[in-house]
Amino acid sequence: MLRQVSRLLGRPIAAQQQVKMLAGRAFFSTDVPATPTEDSTFVESWKKLIPNIEPPKTPSAFMKPRPPPPSSIPSKLTVNFVLPYESVLSGKEVDMVIVPATTGQMGVLPGHVPTIAELKPGILSVHEGNDVTKYLLSSGFAFIHANSVADIIVVEAVPIDRIDQNLVQKGLAEFTQKLNSATTELEKAEAQVGIDVHSALNAALTG
Amino acid sequence: MASNAAVPFWRAAGMTYITYSNICATMVRNCLKEPYRTEALSREKVHYSVSKWVDGNPEKPSIRSDTSQE
Repeated sequence: MLRQVSRLLGRPIAAQQQVKMLAGRAFFSTDVPATPTEDSTFVESWKKLIPNIEPPKTPSAFMKPRPPPPSSIPSKLTVNFVLPYESVLSGKEVDMVIVPATTGQMGVLPGHVPTIAELKPGILSVHEGNDVTKYLLSSGFAFIHANSVADIIVVEAVPIDRIDQNLVQKGLAEFTQKLNSATTELEKAEAQVGIDVHSALNAALTG
Repeated sequence: MASNAAVPFWRAAGMTYITYSNICATMVRNCLKEPYRTEALSREKVHYSVSKWVDGNPEKPSIRSDTSQE
């Protein structure tokens, strides 16, 4: 009687598995199963050698697999905008952010392809409905994940109204002059960095 | 795949990313309006104690406090 119970219980699960295989989806690396994975080669070699004792769990069995991305594109982007000393935005849902990547201004919408972008000094604008909030970033990275979460990590970020115009002009002139009088490669690079940063600050004030 | 091509100018000149990033942050902090500027520059202060080791023994430690203005 008990043997029949297991046969009856076994049938519906088999039916579900067949339906999954018939769905005909290609296997992507993002389709990770929800159950914890175990290291199959280790377990097999253990069982060959020591069949009586349960194989110990390897670190990979404790790791939570990456959750699969949602099947439909979410309507809002979740942004985590953090600085070393403060998290400016933490899990905020917005419509779009424009990040200053080294390859140019990059607009990120929900459903963006997963990207890691290095940021250059420039303006980050956060668009929420009709509001646009702008911050001037010094440098950092932007990680956009498959589930429409964007992590923007920078060293220093200021709202545009905290920038002093005179100091920016003075700095720009000073670094342009340093570039002309620089001798070593390192001094030239520092002066060039100065010019880049101050031009970005200037553009933030005027743009 | 571009492996060594198109290194950024600062790396070609021997600067590491951390140095570049810290220089950018210092410059941004130097261009802020007054109350924000002093509070931001105070964020960059580093306090540490240094002791030189001679023949396996530490000498008297000295406490240093450096700001980014060098």
